[in-house]
Amino acid sequence: MSSNSVLFDIPGPKALRRHRIIGVVGVIVLVVLAALLIHGLRSQLGADAWATVFTGQAWADYFIPGILNTIQAAAAALVLASLLGFVLAMGRMSFIRPLRWVCSVLVEFFRAVPVLMAMLFFYYLMVFAAPFSTLVPPAMKGLVGVVAGLTFYNGAVMAELLRSGVNSLPRGQTEAGLSIGLSLSQTRRSILLPQAITAMMPALVSQLVIIVKDTALGYIITYPELLRSATNLSSGGTNIIPVFLVAAALFIVINYSLTRFAEYLQIRMGRSRGTHAVTLDQAHQESFLPDEGALEEAADQAGIREQRRPPDDAV
Amino acid sequence: MSELAQLMRQYDVLGGFWMTIKLTVVSALGSLILGVIVVIMRISPVKAFQLFGKGYVNVIRNTPLTVIVTFCALAFYNVLAWRLAGPDARSSVQLFWWGVVALSVYHSTFVAEGIRSGINTVPPGQAEAARSIGLTFGQTLSQVILPQAVRGSVTPLGNTLIALTKNTTVVSAIGVAEASYVMKNMIEFSPNFIYAIFILMALGFVILTLPVGMLVSWASTKLAVQR
Repeated sequence: MSSNSVLFDIPGPKALRRHRIIGVVGVIVLVVLAALLIHGLRSQLGADAWATVFTGQAWADYFIPGILNTIQAAAAALVLASLLGFVLAMGRMSFIRPLRWVCSVLVEFFRAVPVLMAMLFFYYLMVFAAPFSTLVPPAMKGLVGVVAGLTFYNGAVMAELLRSGVNSLPRGQTEAGLSIGLSLSQTRRSILLPQAITAMMPALVSQLVIIVKDTALGYIITYPELLRSATNLSSGGTNIIPVFLVAAALFIVINYSLTRFAEYLQIRMGRSRGTHAVTLDQAHQESFLPDEGALEEAADQAGIREQRRPPDDAV
Repeated sequence: MSELAQLMRQYDVLGGFWMTIKLTVVSALGSLILGVIVVIMRISPVKAFQLFGKGYVNVIRNTPLTVIVTFCALAFYNVLAWRLAGPDARSSVQLFWWGVVALSVYHSTFVAEGIRSGINTVPPGQAEAARSIGLTFGQTLSQVILPQAVRGSVTPLGNTLIALTKNTTVVSAIGVAEASYVMKNMIEFSPNFIYAIFILMALGFVILTLPVGMLVSWASTKLAVQR
Protein backbone atom coordinates (compact mmCIF):
# COMPACT_ATOMS: atom_id res chain seq x y z
CA MET A 1 0.00 0.00 0.00
CA SER A 2 1.43 3.34 -1.02
CA SER A 3 0.43 5.13 2.18
CA ASN A 4 2.58 2.77 4.18
CA SER A 5 5.62 3.25 2.04
CA VAL A 6 5.21 7.00 2.45
CA LEU A 7 4.95 6.96 6.21
CA PHE A 8 7.27 4.27 7.47
CA ASP A 9 10.70 2.86 6.92
CA ILE A 10 10.86 -0.84 6.14
CA PRO A 11 10.89 -2.41 9.63
CA GLY A 12 14.02 -4.18 10.81
CA PRO A 13 14.04 -7.36 12.96
CA LYS A 14 13.58 -5.44 16.23
CA ALA A 15 10.68 -3.37 14.91
CA LEU A 16 9.08 -6.48 13.43
CA ARG A 17 9.16 -8.17 16.83
CA ARG A 18 7.64 -5.08 18.43
CA HIS A 19 4.91 -4.95 15.79
CA ARG A 20 4.12 -8.59 16.40
CA ILE A 21 3.73 -8.03 20.14
CA ILE A 22 1.48 -4.98 19.62
CA GLY A 23 -0.53 -6.99 17.11
CA VAL A 24 -1.08 -9.90 19.50
CA VAL A 25 -2.13 -7.56 22.32
CA GLY A 26 -4.50 -5.72 19.98
CA VAL A 27 -6.10 -8.94 18.78
CA ILE A 28 -6.59 -10.11 22.37
CA VAL A 29 -8.30 -6.83 23.29
CA LEU A 30 -10.61 -7.08 20.26
CA VAL A 31 -11.46 -10.71 21.00
CA VAL A 32 -12.30 -9.84 24.62
CA LEU A 33 -14.58 -6.99 23.48
CA ALA A 34 -16.33 -9.27 21.00
CA ALA A 35 -16.74 -11.95 23.67
CA LEU A 36 -18.33 -9.43 26.05
CA LEU A 37 -20.76 -8.39 23.32
CA ILE A 38 -21.72 -11.97 22.48
CA HIS A 39 -22.11 -12.74 26.18
CA GLY A 40 -24.49 -9.79 26.55
CA LEU A 41 -26.56 -10.91 23.58
CA ARG A 42 -26.49 -14.61 24.51
CA SER A 43 -30.26 -14.81 25.04
CA GLN A 44 -30.66 -13.94 21.35
CA LEU A 45 -27.83 -15.98 19.95
CA GLY A 46 -28.82 -19.47 21.10
CA ALA A 47 -29.25 -22.34 18.69
CA ASP A 48 -33.06 -22.06 18.67
CA ALA A 49 -32.94 -18.36 17.72
CA TRP A 50 -30.67 -19.19 14.78
CA ALA A 51 -32.81 -22.17 13.85
CA THR A 52 -35.78 -19.88 13.08
CA VAL A 53 -33.62 -17.89 10.65
CA PHE A 54 -32.33 -20.84 8.68
CA THR A 55 -35.58 -22.50 7.74
CA GLY A 56 -36.70 -22.82 4.15
CA GLN A 57 -39.82 -20.86 4.97
CA ALA A 58 -37.91 -17.91 6.45
CA TRP A 59 -35.98 -17.57 3.21
CA ALA A 60 -38.85 -18.28 0.84
CA ASP A 61 -41.27 -15.89 2.58
CA TYR A 62 -39.05 -13.16 3.99
CA PHE A 63 -35.42 -12.94 2.88
CA ILE A 64 -35.72 -13.76 -0.81
CA PRO A 65 -38.78 -11.52 -1.43
CA GLY A 66 -36.97 -8.80 0.55
CA ILE A 67 -33.87 -9.07 -1.64
CA LEU A 68 -36.03 -9.03 -4.76
CA ASN A 69 -37.91 -5.93 -3.57
CA THR A 70 -34.64 -4.20 -2.77
CA ILE A 71 -33.19 -5.03 -6.19
CA GLN A 72 -36.43 -4.02 -7.90
CA ALA A 73 -36.48 -0.61 -6.23
CA ALA A 74 -32.76 -0.05 -6.76
CA ALA A 75 -32.91 -1.01 -10.44
CA ALA A 76 -35.93 1.18 -11.14
CA ALA A 77 -34.32 4.08 -9.29
CA LEU A 78 -31.04 3.63 -11.19
CA VAL A 79 -32.75 3.78 -14.58
CA LEU A 80 -35.00 6.70 -13.70
CA ALA A 81 -32.22 8.61 -11.96
CA SER A 82 -29.99 8.19 -15.02
CA LEU A 83 -32.72 9.60 -17.24
CA LEU A 84 -33.43 12.51 -14.88
CA GLY A 85 -29.70 13.08 -14.50
CA PHE A 86 -29.19 13.21 -18.26
CA VAL A 87 -32.00 15.75 -18.67
CA LEU A 88 -30.74 17.89 -15.78
CA ALA A 89 -27.15 17.77 -17.04
CA MET A 90 -28.22 18.76 -20.55
CA GLY A 91 -30.21 21.62 -19.06
CA ARG A 92 -27.35 22.71 -16.85
CA MET A 93 -24.97 22.69 -19.83
CA SER A 94 -27.49 24.28 -22.18
CA PHE A 95 -26.51 27.21 -24.38
CA ILE A 96 -29.60 29.04 -23.16
CA ARG A 97 -28.55 30.87 -20.02
CA PRO A 98 -31.86 31.05 -18.13
CA LEU A 99 -32.36 27.31 -18.63
CA ARG A 100 -28.86 26.73 -17.27
CA TRP A 101 -29.70 28.72 -14.13
CA VAL A 102 -33.01 26.97 -13.57
CA CYS A 103 -31.39 23.54 -13.86
CA SER A 104 -28.52 24.58 -11.56
CA VAL A 105 -31.01 25.61 -8.88
CA LEU A 106 -32.95 22.38 -9.34
CA VAL A 107 -29.82 20.23 -9.07
CA GLU A 108 -28.65 22.02 -5.91
CA PHE A 109 -32.10 21.73 -4.38
CA PHE A 110 -32.49 18.02 -5.17
CA ARG A 111 -29.05 17.32 -3.77
CA ALA A 112 -29.59 19.23 -0.54
CA VAL A 113 -32.77 17.38 0.43
CA PRO A 114 -32.22 14.20 2.46
CA VAL A 115 -33.35 11.06 0.62
CA LEU A 116 -35.59 10.08 3.52
CA MET A 117 -37.43 13.39 3.36
CA ALA A 118 -38.02 13.02 -0.37
CA MET A 119 -39.25 9.46 0.21
CA LEU A 120 -41.63 10.54 2.94
CA PHE A 121 -42.93 13.33 0.74
CA PHE A 122 -43.58 11.11 -2.28
CA TYR A 123 -45.04 8.34 -0.15
CA TYR A 124 -47.52 10.66 1.55
CA LEU A 125 -48.22 12.25 -1.81
CA MET A 126 -49.35 8.80 -3.00
CA VAL A 127 -51.39 8.31 0.15
CA PHE A 128 -53.05 11.71 0.56
CA ALA A 129 -52.79 13.96 -2.51
CA ALA A 130 -55.69 14.04 -4.94
CA PRO A 131 -54.71 12.47 -8.27
CA PHE A 132 -52.22 9.94 -6.92
CA SER A 133 -54.15 8.59 -3.95
CA THR A 134 -56.73 7.00 -6.25
CA LEU A 135 -54.45 6.42 -9.23
CA VAL A 136 -51.75 4.39 -7.50
CA PRO A 137 -52.90 1.03 -6.10
CA PRO A 138 -52.27 0.71 -2.33
CA ALA A 139 -49.75 -2.10 -2.76
CA MET A 140 -47.62 0.11 -5.02
CA LYS A 141 -47.50 3.21 -2.82
CA GLY A 142 -44.43 2.13 -0.85
CA LEU A 143 -42.51 1.20 -3.98
CA VAL A 144 -43.41 4.46 -5.74
CA GLY A 145 -42.36 6.42 -2.66
CA VAL A 146 -39.00 4.67 -2.42
CA VAL A 147 -38.22 4.86 -6.13
CA ALA A 148 -39.33 8.48 -6.48
CA GLY A 149 -37.35 9.54 -3.41
CA LEU A 150 -34.23 7.78 -4.68
CA THR A 151 -34.66 9.19 -8.20
CA PHE A 152 -35.05 12.71 -6.84
CA TYR A 153 -31.67 12.73 -5.12
CA ASN A 154 -29.69 10.41 -7.36
CA GLY A 155 -30.87 12.17 -10.52
CA ALA A 156 -29.09 15.28 -9.30
CA VAL A 157 -25.95 13.28 -8.48
CA MET A 158 -25.96 11.65 -11.93
CA ALA A 159 -26.35 15.07 -13.54
CA GLU A 160 -23.31 16.31 -11.67
CA LEU A 161 -21.34 13.20 -12.60
CA LEU A 162 -22.06 13.67 -16.28
CA ARG A 163 -21.31 17.38 -16.17
CA SER A 164 -18.12 16.73 -14.27
CA GLY A 165 -17.20 14.14 -16.87
CA VAL A 166 -17.67 16.68 -19.67
CA ASN A 167 -15.90 19.51 -17.86
CA SER A 168 -12.89 17.44 -16.88
CA LEU A 169 -12.11 16.55 -20.48
CA PRO A 170 -9.04 18.34 -21.82
CA ARG A 171 -9.88 21.65 -23.50
CA GLY A 172 -8.23 20.37 -26.65
CA GLN A 173 -11.17 18.04 -27.23
CA THR A 174 -13.57 20.96 -27.58
CA GLU A 175 -11.10 23.05 -29.55
CA ALA A 176 -10.34 20.21 -31.94
CA GLY A 177 -14.04 19.53 -32.47
CA LEU A 178 -14.79 23.17 -33.23
CA SER A 179 -11.76 23.60 -35.43
CA ILE A 180 -12.64 20.72 -37.75
CA GLY A 181 -15.91 22.55 -38.38
CA LEU A 182 -18.36 20.78 -36.08
CA SER A 183 -21.04 23.01 -34.58
CA LEU A 184 -21.25 23.51 -30.82
CA SER A 185 -23.97 20.94 -30.40
CA GLN A 186 -22.26 18.46 -32.72
CA THR A 187 -19.07 18.81 -30.69
CA ARG A 188 -20.98 18.09 -27.53
CA ARG A 189 -22.97 15.23 -28.99
CA SER A 190 -20.28 13.34 -30.83
CA ILE A 191 -17.08 14.23 -28.99
CA LEU A 192 -17.68 15.29 -25.39
CA LEU A 193 -20.70 13.25 -24.25
CA PRO A 194 -19.47 9.80 -25.36
CA GLN A 195 -16.21 10.32 -23.45
CA ALA A 196 -17.99 11.74 -20.41
CA ILE A 197 -20.40 8.80 -20.23
CA THR A 198 -17.53 6.30 -20.29
CA ALA A 199 -15.72 8.38 -17.69
CA MET A 200 -18.64 8.25 -15.26
CA MET A 201 -19.18 4.46 -15.44
CA PRO A 202 -17.13 3.45 -12.35
CA ALA A 203 -18.71 6.25 -10.32
CA LEU A 204 -22.12 5.14 -11.56
CA VAL A 205 -21.57 1.68 -10.11
CA SER A 206 -20.39 3.25 -6.83
CA GLN A 207 -23.57 5.31 -6.82
CA LEU A 208 -25.55 2.09 -7.28
CA VAL A 209 -24.11 0.90 -3.96
CA ILE A 210 -25.47 4.06 -2.35
CA ILE A 211 -28.85 3.47 -3.99
CA VAL A 212 -29.00 -0.12 -2.72
CA LYS A 213 -28.14 1.07 0.78
CA ASP A 214 -30.74 3.80 0.63
CA THR A 215 -33.50 1.39 -0.35
CA ALA A 216 -33.27 0.33 3.30
CA LEU A 217 -34.89 3.68 4.13
CA GLY A 218 -38.03 2.06 2.73
CA TYR A 219 -38.15 0.39 6.15
CA ILE A 220 -39.44 3.68 7.55
CA ILE A 221 -42.29 4.00 5.05
CA THR A 222 -43.04 0.26 5.47
CA TYR A 223 -41.98 -0.78 1.96
CA PRO A 224 -41.17 -4.50 2.34
CA GLU A 225 -37.53 -4.29 1.23
CA LEU A 226 -34.91 -6.58 2.75
CA LEU A 227 -34.75 -4.94 6.19
CA ARG A 228 -38.51 -4.51 6.68
CA SER A 229 -39.18 -7.96 5.30
CA ALA A 230 -36.57 -9.46 7.61
CA THR A 231 -37.89 -7.74 10.72
CA ASN A 232 -41.38 -9.00 9.85
CA LEU A 233 -39.93 -12.47 10.34
CA SER A 234 -39.16 -11.70 13.97
CA SER A 235 -42.46 -10.26 15.07
CA GLY A 236 -42.07 -12.18 18.33
CA GLY A 237 -38.80 -10.38 18.98
CA THR A 238 -36.87 -13.32 20.44
CA ASN A 239 -34.72 -13.75 17.35
CA ILE A 240 -34.37 -10.11 16.33
CA ILE A 241 -30.56 -10.12 16.54
CA PRO A 242 -29.97 -13.13 14.24
CA VAL A 243 -32.48 -11.69 11.77
CA PHE A 244 -30.64 -8.37 11.74
CA LEU A 245 -27.28 -10.05 11.33
CA VAL A 246 -28.49 -12.07 8.35
CA ALA A 247 -30.09 -9.02 6.73
CA ALA A 248 -26.95 -6.96 7.27
CA ALA A 249 -24.78 -9.78 5.88
CA LEU A 250 -26.94 -9.93 2.74
CA PHE A 251 -26.65 -6.17 2.22
CA ILE A 252 -22.89 -6.36 2.73
CA VAL A 253 -22.51 -9.19 0.20
CA ILE A 254 -24.52 -7.30 -2.44
CA ASN A 255 -22.76 -3.99 -1.88
CA TYR A 256 -19.28 -5.39 -1.49
CA SER A 257 -19.54 -7.17 -4.83
CA LEU A 258 -20.76 -3.95 -6.45
CA THR A 259 -17.87 -1.99 -4.87
CA ARG A 260 -15.35 -4.50 -6.16
CA PHE A 261 -16.96 -4.33 -9.59
CA ALA A 262 -16.58 -0.52 -9.56
CA GLU A 263 -12.92 -0.86 -8.60
CA TYR A 264 -12.41 -3.39 -11.39
CA LEU A 265 -13.99 -0.99 -13.91
CA GLN A 266 -11.79 1.83 -12.65
CA ILE A 267 -8.61 -0.22 -13.00
CA ARG A 268 -9.62 -1.49 -16.43
CA MET A 269 -10.26 2.04 -17.62
CA GLY A 270 -7.02 3.26 -16.09
CA ARG A 271 -5.14 0.73 -18.21
CA SER A 272 -6.53 1.74 -21.56
CA ARG A 273 -4.88 4.81 -22.92
CA GLY A 274 -6.70 8.09 -23.36
CA THR A 275 -9.77 7.42 -21.23
CA HIS A 276 -10.28 9.31 -18.01
CA ALA A 277 -12.59 8.76 -15.06
CA VAL A 278 -14.47 11.05 -12.71
CA THR A 279 -15.11 10.28 -9.06
CA LEU A 280 -18.17 11.01 -6.94
CA ASP A 281 -16.12 13.32 -4.73
CA GLN A 282 -15.04 15.30 -7.75
CA ALA A 283 -18.61 15.63 -8.97
CA HIS A 284 -19.85 16.73 -5.56
CA GLN A 285 -17.15 19.32 -5.23
CA GLU A 286 -17.24 20.81 -8.69
CA SER A 287 -20.95 21.46 -8.57
CA PHE A 288 -20.36 24.59 -6.51
CA LEU A 289 -17.70 25.99 -8.77
CA PRO A 290 -18.84 28.75 -11.08
CA ASP A 291 -16.56 27.72 -13.95
CA GLU A 292 -18.22 26.20 -16.93
CA GLY A 293 -16.81 23.92 -19.58
CA ALA A 294 -14.83 25.02 -22.59
CA LEU A 295 -17.88 24.50 -24.77
CA GLU A 296 -20.08 26.98 -22.87
CA GLU A 297 -17.29 29.51 -22.98
CA ALA A 298 -17.00 29.05 -26.70
CA ALA A 299 -20.76 29.39 -27.01
CA ASP A 300 -20.81 32.57 -24.98
CA GLN A 301 -18.03 34.06 -27.04
CA ALA A 302 -19.64 33.03 -30.30
CA GLY A 303 -23.07 34.22 -29.16
CA ILE A 304 -22.86 37.68 -30.65
CA ARG A 305 -21.36 36.54 -33.92
CA GLU A 306 -23.86 33.72 -34.40
CA GLN A 307 -26.82 36.06 -34.38
CA ARG A 308 -25.58 37.59 -37.61
CA ARG A 309 -24.75 34.27 -39.22
CA PRO A 310 -26.94 31.40 -40.36
CA PRO A 311 -26.96 28.57 -37.78
CA ASP A 312 -23.95 26.27 -37.96
CA ASP A 313 -25.93 23.21 -38.90
CA ALA A 314 -27.22 24.87 -42.05
CA VAL A 315 -23.74 25.39 -43.46
CA MET B 1 -51.27 30.99 4.71
CA SER B 2 -52.31 31.76 8.28
CA GLU B 3 -53.20 28.10 8.64
CA LEU B 4 -49.67 27.20 7.66
CA ALA B 5 -48.29 29.61 10.23
CA GLN B 6 -50.63 28.01 12.76
CA LEU B 7 -49.27 24.59 11.74
CA MET B 8 -45.71 25.79 12.23
CA ARG B 9 -46.52 26.97 15.74
CA GLN B 10 -48.34 23.75 16.51
CA TYR B 11 -45.38 21.58 15.52
CA ASP B 12 -41.94 22.36 16.76
CA VAL B 13 -40.23 22.95 13.40
CA LEU B 14 -37.33 24.90 14.83
CA GLY B 15 -36.97 22.33 17.58
CA GLY B 16 -36.72 19.65 14.92
CA PHE B 17 -33.95 21.47 13.10
CA TRP B 18 -32.20 22.19 16.38
CA MET B 19 -32.20 18.44 17.03
CA THR B 20 -30.78 17.90 13.53
CA ILE B 21 -27.98 20.36 14.25
CA LYS B 22 -27.23 18.76 17.62
CA LEU B 23 -27.11 15.29 16.04
CA THR B 24 -24.85 16.60 13.26
CA VAL B 25 -22.35 18.34 15.53
CA VAL B 26 -22.06 15.57 18.11
CA SER B 27 -21.87 12.82 15.47
CA ALA B 28 -19.33 14.79 13.45
CA LEU B 29 -17.07 14.89 16.49
CA GLY B 30 -17.71 11.21 17.23
CA SER B 31 -17.04 10.12 13.67
CA LEU B 32 -13.90 12.24 13.49
CA ILE B 33 -12.47 10.58 16.62
CA LEU B 34 -13.46 7.07 15.50
CA GLY B 35 -12.32 7.74 11.95
CA VAL B 36 -8.89 8.92 13.06
CA ILE B 37 -8.49 5.78 15.19
CA VAL B 38 -9.48 3.60 12.24
CA VAL B 39 -7.17 5.38 9.82
CA ILE B 40 -4.27 5.09 12.26
CA MET B 41 -4.94 1.35 12.40
CA ARG B 42 -5.13 1.14 8.63
CA ILE B 43 -1.84 2.88 7.98
CA SER B 44 -0.01 1.44 10.99
CA PRO B 45 2.79 -1.03 10.27
CA VAL B 46 1.07 -3.72 12.39
CA LYS B 47 -0.56 -6.25 10.09
CA ALA B 48 -3.40 -7.21 12.48
CA PHE B 49 -4.49 -3.59 12.84
CA GLN B 50 -4.35 -3.05 9.09
CA LEU B 51 -6.63 -6.02 8.55
CA PHE B 52 -9.02 -4.93 11.28
CA GLY B 53 -9.18 -1.37 9.90
CA LYS B 54 -9.81 -2.64 6.40
CA GLY B 55 -12.46 -5.11 7.56
CA TYR B 56 -14.20 -2.46 9.66
CA VAL B 57 -14.37 -0.01 6.78
CA ASN B 58 -15.58 -2.61 4.28
CA VAL B 59 -18.26 -4.05 6.57
CA ILE B 60 -19.66 -0.79 7.95
CA ARG B 61 -19.53 1.11 4.67
CA ASN B 62 -21.54 -1.54 2.88
CA THR B 63 -24.20 -1.77 5.57
CA PRO B 64 -27.19 0.58 5.20
CA LEU B 65 -27.31 3.28 7.86
CA THR B 66 -30.91 2.30 8.59
CA VAL B 67 -29.74 -1.18 9.60
CA ILE B 68 -27.06 0.24 11.92
CA VAL B 69 -29.44 2.73 13.53
CA THR B 70 -32.23 0.25 14.18
CA PHE B 71 -29.73 -2.41 15.28
CA CYS B 72 -28.22 -0.06 17.87
CA ALA B 73 -31.63 0.78 19.27
CA LEU B 74 -32.90 -2.81 19.30
CA ALA B 75 -29.81 -4.77 20.27
CA PHE B 76 -28.00 -2.39 22.60
CA TYR B 77 -30.86 -0.39 24.05
CA ASN B 78 -33.76 -2.87 24.10
CA VAL B 79 -32.02 -6.23 24.50
CA LEU B 80 -28.84 -5.30 26.36
CA ALA B 81 -30.43 -2.29 28.10
CA TRP B 82 -27.21 -0.30 27.95
CA ARG B 83 -28.14 3.18 29.10
CA LEU B 84 -25.70 5.60 27.51
CA ALA B 85 -27.13 8.74 29.08
CA GLY B 86 -27.03 7.42 32.64
CA PRO B 87 -29.56 5.16 34.36
CA ASP B 88 -32.15 7.86 35.04
CA ALA B 89 -32.39 9.65 31.70
CA ARG B 90 -35.59 9.46 29.67
CA SER B 91 -35.76 7.05 26.78
CA SER B 92 -35.78 9.88 24.20
CA VAL B 93 -32.39 11.02 25.52
CA GLN B 94 -31.08 7.46 25.50
CA LEU B 95 -32.19 6.99 21.90
CA PHE B 96 -30.61 10.30 20.92
CA TRP B 97 -27.27 8.99 22.13
CA TRP B 98 -27.71 5.63 20.43
CA GLY B 99 -28.52 7.56 17.25
CA VAL B 100 -25.28 9.50 17.69
CA VAL B 101 -23.36 6.25 18.16
CA ALA B 102 -24.86 4.75 15.00
CA LEU B 103 -24.20 7.89 12.95
CA SER B 104 -20.63 8.12 14.26
CA VAL B 105 -19.87 4.48 13.54
CA TYR B 106 -21.27 4.73 10.02
CA HIS B 107 -19.61 8.00 9.07
CA SER B 108 -16.29 7.17 10.72
CA THR B 109 -15.60 4.87 7.76
CA PHE B 110 -16.04 7.77 5.34
CA VAL B 111 -13.85 9.99 7.53
CA ALA B 112 -11.18 7.28 7.60
CA GLU B 113 -11.29 6.85 3.83
CA GLY B 114 -11.19 10.62 3.35
CA ILE B 115 -8.08 11.05 5.48
CA ARG B 116 -6.45 8.04 3.86
CA SER B 117 -7.12 9.38 0.37
CA GLY B 118 -5.55 12.65 1.54
CA ILE B 119 -2.43 10.82 2.63
CA ASN B 120 -2.39 8.93 -0.65
CA THR B 121 -2.25 12.20 -2.60
CA VAL B 122 1.22 12.83 -1.15
CA PRO B 123 3.80 11.38 -3.54
CA PRO B 124 6.29 8.92 -1.92
CA GLY B 125 9.10 11.18 -3.12
CA GLN B 126 8.08 13.75 -0.50
CA ALA B 127 8.76 11.34 2.35
CA GLU B 128 11.91 10.06 0.72
CA ALA B 129 13.19 13.60 0.27
CA ALA B 130 12.32 14.47 3.85
CA ARG B 131 14.20 11.43 5.17
CA SER B 132 17.18 11.97 2.96
CA ILE B 133 17.71 15.49 4.32
CA GLY B 134 17.79 13.90 7.78
CA LEU B 135 14.34 14.62 9.21
CA THR B 136 13.17 12.15 11.86
CA PHE B 137 9.93 10.18 11.52
CA GLY B 138 8.00 12.72 13.62
CA GLN B 139 9.40 15.64 11.67
CA THR B 140 8.66 13.96 8.34
CA LEU B 141 5.08 13.39 9.42
CA SER B 142 4.39 16.79 10.97
CA GLN B 143 6.35 19.05 8.62
CA VAL B 144 6.00 17.34 5.25
CA ILE B 145 3.35 14.64 4.96
CA LEU B 146 0.43 15.79 7.11
CA PRO B 147 0.27 19.43 5.94
CA GLN B 148 -0.14 18.16 2.38
CA ALA B 149 -2.43 15.30 3.36
CA VAL B 150 -4.85 17.62 5.20
CA ARG B 151 -5.25 19.71 2.08
CA GLY B 152 -6.03 16.62 0.07
CA SER B 153 -8.70 15.45 2.49
CA VAL B 154 -10.66 18.71 2.70
CA THR B 155 -13.00 17.69 -0.11
CA PRO B 156 -13.89 14.17 1.07
CA LEU B 157 -14.26 15.29 4.69
CA GLY B 158 -16.49 18.21 3.68
CA ASN B 159 -18.65 15.92 1.57
CA THR B 160 -18.91 13.54 4.51
CA LEU B 161 -20.08 16.39 6.75
CA ILE B 162 -22.81 17.31 4.26
CA ALA B 163 -23.86 13.66 3.94
CA LEU B 164 -23.90 13.38 7.73
CA THR B 165 -26.18 16.41 8.06
CA LYS B 166 -28.67 14.82 5.70
CA ASN B 167 -28.27 11.33 7.14
CA THR B 168 -29.30 12.50 10.62
CA THR B 169 -32.86 12.15 9.29
CA VAL B 170 -32.45 8.37 9.44
CA VAL B 171 -32.56 8.36 13.25
CA SER B 172 -36.24 9.23 12.97
CA ALA B 173 -36.51 5.44 12.45
CA ILE B 174 -35.95 5.05 16.19
CA GLY B 175 -38.16 7.99 17.06
CA VAL B 176 -35.70 10.83 17.63
CA ALA B 177 -37.69 14.01 16.95
CA GLU B 178 -35.48 15.66 14.33
CA ALA B 179 -36.60 17.57 11.23
CA SER B 180 -37.92 14.69 9.12
CA TYR B 181 -39.81 13.27 12.12
CA VAL B 182 -41.51 16.64 12.58
CA MET B 183 -42.27 16.76 8.86
CA LYS B 184 -43.81 13.29 8.96
CA ASN B 185 -46.10 14.27 11.81
CA MET B 186 -47.07 17.54 10.15
CA ILE B 187 -48.01 15.80 6.89
CA GLU B 188 -49.91 13.05 8.64
CA PHE B 189 -52.07 15.54 10.53
CA SER B 190 -52.48 18.18 7.82
CA PRO B 191 -52.13 16.43 4.45
CA ASN B 192 -53.66 19.48 2.71
CA PHE B 193 -50.41 21.35 3.14
CA ILE B 194 -48.15 18.53 1.97
CA TYR B 195 -46.43 20.61 -0.74
CA ALA B 196 -45.87 23.64 1.46
CA ILE B 197 -44.60 21.51 4.35
CA PHE B 198 -42.15 19.64 2.12
CA ILE B 199 -40.78 22.81 0.50
CA LEU B 200 -40.41 24.44 3.90
CA MET B 201 -38.55 21.52 5.49
CA ALA B 202 -36.45 20.95 2.35
CA LEU B 203 -35.39 24.60 2.34
CA GLY B 204 -34.26 24.12 5.93
CA PHE B 205 -31.80 21.50 4.70
CA VAL B 206 -30.70 23.69 1.79
CA ILE B 207 -29.87 26.39 4.35
CA LEU B 208 -27.96 23.88 6.46
CA THR B 209 -25.94 22.20 3.70
CA LEU B 210 -25.40 24.78 0.95
CA PRO B 211 -23.02 27.07 2.90
CA VAL B 212 -20.95 24.05 3.96
CA GLY B 213 -20.77 22.87 0.37
CA MET B 214 -19.69 26.27 -0.91
CA LEU B 215 -17.11 26.58 1.84
CA VAL B 216 -15.69 23.15 1.02
CA SER B 217 -15.48 23.92 -2.69
CA TRP B 218 -13.81 27.22 -2.00
CA ALA B 219 -11.39 25.74 0.55
CA SER B 220 -10.39 22.79 -1.58
CA THR B 221 -9.65 25.03 -4.55
CA LYS B 222 -7.78 27.47 -2.35
CA LEU B 223 -5.77 24.77 -0.57
CA ALA B 224 -5.15 22.53 -3.56
CA VAL B 225 -1.52 21.50 -3.96
CA GLN B 226 -0.30 22.04 -7.47
CA ARG B 227 1.48 18.90 -8.65
